[in-house]
Amino acid sequence: MVTRMVGFAPRSLHPGAWWVWALGLATAASRTTNPFLLLLIVAVAGYVVAARSAPTPWARSYATFLRLGLVVLALRIAFQVVFGGGGSGAVLFRLPILPLPGWASGVQIGGAFTLDGLLGALYDGLRLATLLACVGAANALANPSRLLRCVPAALYEMGVAVVVTMTLAPQMVSDVGRVRTARRLRGHSDRGIRGFGGVAMPVMEGALDRSLALAAAMDSRGYGRTAGIPVRVRRLTAALVLGGLVGVCIGVYGLLEGGPDIAGVAVLGIPMLLAGLAAAAVGFVIAGRRVRRSRYRPDPWRLPEWLVSACGLCAGATLVIGANAGMAGLIAQYAPAVWPTLPLVAVAGILVGILPAWLAPMPASRVDVGSRPDEREQVAA
Amino acid sequence: MISFDQVSVFYSGATIPALAAVDFEVAEGELCLVVGRTGTGKSTLLRSVNGLVPHFSGGTLHGRVTVDGRDTRTHPPRELADVVGMVAQDPLAGFVTDVVEDELAYGMESLGLAPAVMRRRVEDTLDLLGLADVRDRPLRTLSGGQRQRVAIGSVLTTHPRVLVLDEPTSALDPVAAEEVLSALHRLVHDLGLTVLLAEHRLERVVQFADRIVHLSSTGEPPDIGTPAEVMQRSHVVPPVVELGRLAGWSPLPLSVRDARRAAPGLRERLARSQPRPRIPDSDGATADPIAKVRGVTITYAGTRSPALRDTSLSIARGEIVAVMGRNGAGKSTLLNALVGLRKPDAGRGSVWVDGHDPAALPGRTLLRHVGLVPSEPADLLYAETVHGECAEADRAAGLASQGASPTAALLERLAPGLDPHLHPRDLSEGQRLALVLAVVLVSEPPLILLDEPTRGLDYTAKTHLVTVLSDLARRGHAIVLATHDVELVADVATRTVVLADGEVVGDGPTAEVVVSSPAFAPQIAKVLTPGPWLTVADVASALAEAG
Repeated sequence: MVTRMVGFAPRSLHPGAWWVWALGLATAASRTTNPFLLLLIVAVAGYVVAARSAPTPWARSYATFLRLGLVVLALRIAFQVVFGGGGSGAVLFRLPILPLPGWASGVQIGGAFTLDGLLGALYDGLRLATLLACVGAANALANPSRLLRCVPAALYEMGVAVVVTMTLAPQMVSDVGRVRTARRLRGHSDRGIRGFGGVAMPVMEGALDRSLALAAAMDSRGYGRTAGIPVRVRRLTAALVLGGLVGVCIGVYGLLEGGPDIAGVAVLGIPMLLAGLAAAAVGFVIAGRRVRRSRYRPDPWRLPEWLVSACGLCAGATLVIGANAGMAGLIAQYAPAVWPTLPLVAVAGILVGILPAWLAPMPASRVDVGSRPDEREQVAA
Repeated sequence: MISFDQVSVFYSGATIPALAAVDFEVAEGELCLVVGRTGTGKSTLLRSVNGLVPHFSGGTLHGRVTVDGRDTRTHPPRELADVVGMVAQDPLAGFVTDVVEDELAYGMESLGLAPAVMRRRVEDTLDLLGLADVRDRPLRTLSGGQRQRVAIGSVLTTHPRVLVLDEPTSALDPVAAEEVLSALHRLVHDLGLTVLLAEHRLERVVQFADRIVHLSSTGEPPDIGTPAEVMQRSHVVPPVVELGRLAGWSPLPLSVRDARRAAPGLRERLARSQPRPRIPDSDGATADPIAKVRGVTITYAGTRSPALRDTSLSIARGEIVAVMGRNGAGKSTLLNALVGLRKPDAGRGSVWVDGHDPAALPGRTLLRHVGLVPSEPADLLYAETVHGECAEADRAAGLASQGASPTAALLERLAPGLDPHLHPRDLSEGQRLALVLAVVLVSEPPLILLDEPTRGLDYTAKTHLVTVLSDLARRGHAIVLATHDVELVADVATRTVVLADGEVVGDGPTAEVVVSSPAFAPQIAKVLTPGPWLTVADVASALAEAG
């Protein structure tokens, strides 16, 4: 069996590792517009998903995100057709130009649609679609609820709120179905405002009742026993953590997009990232020290996790460094249109990202029953 | 272990107490049963043990409740989580996570136990409650009995000394209820847990109880004693006790086994009598079928095995047909097919009700042919007041609403003296069922379907329902009940259909079908077997005739 080729026993990988890997690929995608490289990234992500996703409902999200990416691509080209007329290059077709009032002078609707314009839109749309595919891959590989369990103690309340919403939402959907059939039983139609009210009222009441029951159950089971923390400290840690995370996001954005320079220093890049990380870390430490909760069967972070994250980061780093060093072929030429070249170093870097298909352990639920040692013993007994 | 010291509870705005002058103690290792009609404060009593009343519910609690020496006045529910395990009525509503194993661990995580301890306790609990083979399953995919056992397990992992359960078996079929009760029995006997339990279905639990707290009516002190003492005086008793009272047995039998040992004399007296036939009077029952199901197969999208396979059934006017079977046996699917909510798979059978295909009937005329009371009756209600519901029902039935509302008149017969300005949510379960019945019946559908009508009904409400249903059958309505309640079936059904795995495996007069089945036989049948007796009323009238 495939799982026996590598020594790691079947288990589910830490969701964080999959996200680091996927974000590494996404970073790589953000640094290039070369369609071959982008398609390679989509293929790499897809192969790993096929090899290592567990048979769960969310495993289908890779396909969903791919479709979403195609929609984005189509929209991007449609926008180009409507707004991007009058570029250089060979003219593919012409739309009539819509006359616009004087204040909209910078905008043109319609006009000549050129090959250069098409390629530019195609490359740009493809990059967005690839980013979406990377997010889809992370979703497909990492159980969202397990990821939420890894939320640091300082964000625990927020994590619980998200989990509860995730359980209540499908319940409300089935409630709507139940109430609608019930209305048919009373001889009503669902149309109009009255119909909406007739469905919404019982569903909302049901949701409220359920929330109360859930709150009572959580209270009875010890939720919030850690409330010995003074309010001031709690607010301080929340502010530190949230502020820090926002800082990290801005910092990452600055790092990826360059950002504005102030006196020659890219303030939005590394300085912001470091400041954000520091604030968040202080918040986590303060909160972590005061929390008495423990975690059942936490996902361990061992060698496979390090390897998987490293593969993703390697792919990202190759393209970031390549882009900064001005590697040829990363940015596809389209004005004038030339056949894109394939930079071999970048290809090698991205291909490192496919290694988790073998390095990551097989999810336990995908291993055949009877091939697990404990079950084999039971069969023998 | 638990002590109530002159406890009264007033909810805000109420003039009479929800609970008055409750004064008793539950000793360690005792199984204490709380009984009483709906609305007498059973849930309030249970929820005050871990401080949900009044910390969570609001209201005022006079007196003192202490558990294991901790006063609920100073300890909110979360601070009692390591002593009291509370299992609410609907287990699904109290689940915080989505997988069995995580749910079992949730309480321990809140208490901050070490990972090694949690791991061991989860394994122990999985074994103790027989849940090991569903450990990775999502909670929504479990059966009712499994869910209830997970709910019990999820509070057991914190090693509480007291377990409080609110109607743990009311929504379960007889077999699943058996699973849950035997798990509880084991906890009391092996682990010495103190258990406080409320339950409407006394016939299932009374023989396990060490003591009974009988809340006779709202605002009066409860009657407390051993099961035998309380059952002598109680208004709500299981059929086996009723039989014991009728036959004058002393001590009163609490279980089928006790009653069988006392019963030889009674069996002899009844040997020459026959129960009165339960075919209703001739003016209602005719051979003319009102509904026909022919060779119907229904498969739900995304499942491979059909919920109903090649099922055929014919229902006549004046019949009361009980449909029984495990959870998931296809009972609700059959009812939904009869009311046109589910169509048979293409080309796989046909449904015919009152001369029409119900699935093709428009919503407005559907009610003139067939009416369904769903298992959540509240789904049908959405007006602000009882009065509003009645007016809405009149309009849907196309009845002019000058003067008195026909629905309100019907409701007055089903549940006399209901305040028309009440919000439907503030009604008791029995009153709400009566309101929904009135709403459905006002259009006079010749076929009436009820899905689990007795969930949450106390004995009084159930007796009332039996009268109403028999009356309807006598007037020529055909009634189909899907139910787990064997005593209700024994009381009211003229015919019983048993479904298993989507197929009809038994169909015939109730007496013949249920007596032979260990799961579906009512208590009286078990006591008096091999005689054909199903209910205490049958026995009583036979004894009266025999003199």
